[in-house]
Amino acid sequence: MDQFLVEPLFGDGPVSWYTPTNVTLWMAISVLCVVLLLVIGTRGRAVVPNRIQSVAELAYGFVYKMVEEVAGKDALKYFPYIMTLFIFIVFSNFLGLLPTAFTTTSHLAVTATMALAVFISVTVLGFVKHGMGFLRLFWIDQAPLALRPILAFIEVISYFVRPVSHSIRLMGNMMAGHAVIKVFAGFASLILVSSIGIAVTPLSILAITAIYALETLVAFIQAYVFAILTCVYLRDALHPHH
Amino acid sequence: MPQLDFSTFPNQIFWLIVTLVVIYYVLSRIALPRIGAVLAERRGTITNDLAMAEELKLRAQQAEEAYNKALADARAEAHKIIAEAKAEIQEDLNAAIAKADAEIAAKAAESEGRIEEIRESALENVTEVARATAREIVEALGQSTDAASVESAVAARLKG
Repeated sequence: MDQFLVEPLFGDGPVSWYTPTNVTLWMAISVLCVVLLLVIGTRGRAVVPNRIQSVAELAYGFVYKMVEEVAGKDALKYFPYIMTLFIFIVFSNFLGLLPTAFTTTSHLAVTATMALAVFISVTVLGFVKHGMGFLRLFWIDQAPLALRPILAFIEVISYFVRPVSHSIRLMGNMMAGHAVIKVFAGFASLILVSSIGIAVTPLSILAITAIYALETLVAFIQAYVFAILTCVYLRDALHPHH
Repeated sequence: MPQLDFSTFPNQIFWLIVTLVVIYYVLSRIALPRIGAVLAERRGTITNDLAMAEELKLRAQQAEEAYNKALADARAEAHKIIAEAKAEIQEDLNAAIAKADAEIAAKAAESEGRIEEIRESALENVTEVARATAREIVEALGQSTDAASVESAVAARLKG
C-alpha cells in the first residue's frame, strides 16, 4: 500500500496543510495536462482541427452534451464547474495508471471534498432557486398519500447518502484497481523464491495486463459517472418537481 | 490504510482546492470560451457554405431554365421563319405555275388558231387543186369546159 502514502516532496518532515507533497506534484501534473490539452492544444483555433484540438473539442462536446441532456438547458451556466471536475478526475485517473504514479483520486480526502462540494452547492442552489419548494423533491406526488411520509423519509436518507456514495464509488474503484494490480504484482515475483512461480508468474503477468486494460476503462467510466451524477443532482436542484 | 490517515487530509484538501481553482480559471477564462468559439465558428462556416451551395444551385437551376427557355424560343422562332418561308415559296410557286399555265394556254390557243388557219388554207388548196384537176380531167376527156359548172360540181362533190 506504499503507493497510496502521502509524503512530503522535500525532506521527511511532518505533513502540514501547506507542505508540497506527492499529492501536490501529481495534481500539478494533471493541471499541466489540462493546460496542454485544452489550452495549448486549441491554440490554432482552426476551423479544421488537428488531432489534439479534435480531442479537446470531443471532451468539450461530450461534457456539454451530458450537462444539456441530463441537467437541462438552464444548467449550462454550470457547465464550467462540471467540466472542471470531469477533466480533473479523468486526468488524475489516467495519470494514476502510470507506473510509480500517485493516484490522487484514490484518496477519500480528495473524492469526499469534491462530493461534498457538489452536495453542498447543489443543496444551496436548490434552496436559493425554489426556497422551501425545494423540499418537494422529497414529497412524491405520484405516490399514494399514505405512503408519502414513508417515501419522504427514505428520500431524505438517500439524499444525505448521496455524497457518501458519490465519493466512495470513485475512491473505491481507483483504490481497488490499483490494489488488485499490486496483489498480482506480488505474485509475479514468486518465480524468484519458489519453483511454483514458473506457473504463477506468467499467469500473474497476464492478469496484470488484463486488469490494467480494465482499469483504463474504469478510469474513464468513473470520471464519467462522477460527472453524470453531478448533473443528476444539479437537475434535482433546478427542477425538484420530478 | 493511508486513505484513512486523517493527518494528511488538510494537505490533500488544500492542494485539491488549489488545483480545482486553477483548472476552473484556466477553463472558464481561456479554454472553454475558445473551444466554444471555434465550434460556433465551424457551425457558422458550415451553415454559410451550405446556404451558399443552396443559392448557387438555385442560380444554376435558374440559368438552366433560362437556357431552356431561350432554346425553346429560338426553336419556335425558327419554326415560324420556316413556315413563313415555306408559305412565301408556295405563293411564288403558285404564281409561277399560274403564269406558266396562262402562257401555255395562250400558246396552245395560238397554235390551235394557226392549225385552224393551216387546215383552212389546206382545205382551200384542196378545193383549188380539185377544181383545177377536175377541169384538167374534163379537158383531157375532150369536153369543153365551163369554169362555172366545174366549180359548182366540185363544190357539190366536196360538200357531200
